[in-house]
Amino acid sequence: MAEAVGTAIGTRVGQDSLANSVRDAIIAGLIAFLLFVVILGLKTENAQEKLILIPRIGYAVTIAVVVAVGRLLLDVFVWRARASRAAAKPLLTTRSILWLLAISWAIGAYFFIVPGAREALATSASDLFGADEWRTRTRIAVDLFGYAFMGVFIVATAMVLMLVLRRTLAGIGIGTRDETQGVLSELSTQLAPALLAIALVLPFLVVGPQQRYAIDTAIQVLTYIMLGWGLNVVVGLAGLLDLGYVAFYAVGAYSFALISTTFGWSFWVCLPLAGMFAAAWGIMLGFPVLRLRGDYLAIVTLAFGEIIRIVLLNWYSLTNGPNGISRIPRVSFFGLSFDRNAEPSFYSVFGLEYDNIYRIVFMYYVILFLALLVNFVTNRLRRLPIGRAWEALREDEIACRSLGINTVITKLSAFAIGAMFGGFAGSFFATRQGFISPESFTFHESALVLAIVVLGGLGSQLGIVIAAVALIGSSEFFRDLEEYRMLIFGGSMVAIMIWKPRGLVSSRTPSVALKERKVISAELVKEGHG
Amino acid sequence: MDYFLQQLINGITLGSIYGLIAIGYTMVYGIIGMINFAHGDIFMVGAFMALILFLLLISIGITAIPVVLLLVLLLGMFFTAIWGWTLERIAYRPLRTSFRLAPLITAIGMSIVLQNFVQLAQGARVKPLPPVITGGYTLMQTETFSVTLSNIQIVIIITTVALMTIFSYIITNTSLGRAQRACEQDRLMASLVGVNVDRVISLTFVIGASLAAVAGLMYLLYYGVIDFFIGFVAGIKAFTAAVLGGIGSLPGAMLGGLIIGLIEVFWAGYFTTQYKDVAAFSILAIVLIFLPSGLLGKPEIEKV
Repeated sequence: MAEAVGTAIGTRVGQDSLANSVRDAIIAGLIAFLLFVVILGLKTENAQEKLILIPRIGYAVTIAVVVAVGRLLLDVFVWRARASRAAAKPLLTTRSILWLLAISWAIGAYFFIVPGAREALATSASDLFGADEWRTRTRIAVDLFGYAFMGVFIVATAMVLMLVLRRTLAGIGIGTRDETQGVLSELSTQLAPALLAIALVLPFLVVGPQQRYAIDTAIQVLTYIMLGWGLNVVVGLAGLLDLGYVAFYAVGAYSFALISTTFGWSFWVCLPLAGMFAAAWGIMLGFPVLRLRGDYLAIVTLAFGEIIRIVLLNWYSLTNGPNGISRIPRVSFFGLSFDRNAEPSFYSVFGLEYDNIYRIVFMYYVILFLALLVNFVTNRLRRLPIGRAWEALREDEIACRSLGINTVITKLSAFAIGAMFGGFAGSFFATRQGFISPESFTFHESALVLAIVVLGGLGSQLGIVIAAVALIGSSEFFRDLEEYRMLIFGGSMVAIMIWKPRGLVSSRTPSVALKERKVISAELVKEGHG
Repeated sequence: MDYFLQQLINGITLGSIYGLIAIGYTMVYGIIGMINFAHGDIFMVGAFMALILFLLLISIGITAIPVVLLLVLLLGMFFTAIWGWTLERIAYRPLRTSFRLAPLITAIGMSIVLQNFVQLAQGARVKPLPPVITGGYTLMQTETFSVTLSNIQIVIIITTVALMTIFSYIITNTSLGRAQRACEQDRLMASLVGVNVDRVISLTFVIGASLAAVAGLMYLLYYGVIDFFIGFVAGIKAFTAAVLGGIGSLPGAMLGGLIIGLIEVFWAGYFTTQYKDVAAFSILAIVLIFLPSGLLGKPEIEKV
């Protein structure tokens, strides 16, 4: 209904005349100029206790021209073409995605097989512009594209391998396969197994000087995937909007740090304890907010997250305030320390040379194990009565109540389990960093994790993986662009959301089904009011 | 008593600033039912606009302070309103018919964009402005303590009251206000009787942003120092105020702003400064537990 209104109002009269396009472009340029003329066109510079203004109107003019020309080109070549196409086909179907993959694969393979192809391209492209700064810029750009293609190349190869493996297994009688599916659609279901396979061998895929950095980034991505899966229980399954998820991450990290530094217990003892503390806090937060709904719930959870952070910041005797807790024990290999001087150490028992990379690889597998555990537990819970109650609560709370579902227990358990997963992630964060401070637990983190969950597609486990890789990976990816990184990050969040409002993965599989499990569109899944 | 009075004055001043920002949140919430997380950053942009325009006007030779401030106020409102309009056009309008969380995420994204854009454009260092409005009145004088009402506080309170009056008049008595209230009640029905819903929503953002710009100017004059990060804390507080007063209710936003400002100032004055935010947030939680739709909000009707 509302959609009809939107389109009725949005349609302009006389859309197809060029004069209109030009007029719109000029208006867009003018608005852009007014937007930027003050805030970008005049820079305040701190000079000897005083502020001086440095005019640079050129920036604003440039942006205005770019916006106007861009708008004109888009209008003429993209929007109008799309409007004239009679049947609006979705831009990205399974088939077109597979084509894209194939093309990227081919380009990736070219860079992979031909030695020095990337360097050659960088050099020739930079020669075109001449100036030295363009040489570095082009190199960065070419490198970024090279890595992106390599990534797609690896994923596509893994997908094909998994398909072949699955068919072979089906051929010798292990597992079944649906004969009715075409090769293409069967290939497209291999994404999750392929990603898992890559994750399992990732530390051995990257070698050379970048190895440590690559594994560190992978650990960071996995931590966010784990947080995303934890928050997904609360937001995606139970439909309770939680803007203070970072509180449980913080509780987990601080519990872990305090227990392990005070009592000296090992990682594997402190981890469940920290998870329990976080779950207890989840219940403590959940209890007062049971009656709240929608945005009231959102603001109270946000407030709770801020309260936890402020308390951590000011309770010196317990948390050491803004200085944080340092010297948190590192993870050990089932009791064998990774320290150089410890006896017995990991290295002395296995007869290895001391190298920090062993510890990092082990950490990688620890977080991979934890994340997979979270995924496994969530998927099992979804089929249990409690998980089905979560999803029922999201779909319709009143119907839930009239069917005799205890909404109090259902909501509290969602908060508790989501918080526990957050607590695990926090413990891992503490032991990985060896140092924690309230700085790491700001609202920004909550927003980031929520963004991962929503961008991936609420309730979709695979979507969260893709969104976490896309967001965290890309912000590492654009590391060379330093100060523009966060700008790109925020911008891409907006762009992805507008492009795919229901998340990157736009289909859902029901947890339980009567006869056959049908994949349904995400549009059919409600988002809850809690 | 004297100390109490001084805190009361300070609290009302701070509350006025929060209230002006809170109106932006509550209006947008009332009309399209979304939390405009980027509104705090629009306030920050407004503060920067005020700073730059002030320096610009001084440097081109206008020295009469009242004239300068009036010009800064009007121009700042104008330029910030364009940002509010653009924000709605780019990030929210495409998602108007989408589900509830989508515009929330774009709002968070735009908030990150605005913060980092201003940091890039104006630098990360704090920007100090020497006091522009000085002086004041001593209301009470004891041997240990004197209660003062500074001129800047008078300006802030008077401006807020004036804007609130104008604003209430617009909402209750003009055709724009009628259209807006109609959209709040039922967007589809409003469009059927000839209200241009898109235009009304755009204007809502424009009004919200221009009030935030005024709040930005007041903040700049009152504290004398701004940076690109002020939007976050002020935004969260103002949003808390809007929810406390009952989101969607305009008098509620002003009342909530005043309450949050008073709690903060009194807590800092009588207990500890560190926990003043905790106090504000705790009061919010307690009020919501007993009055789940805020102080002046309408209770949500559940339809089966």
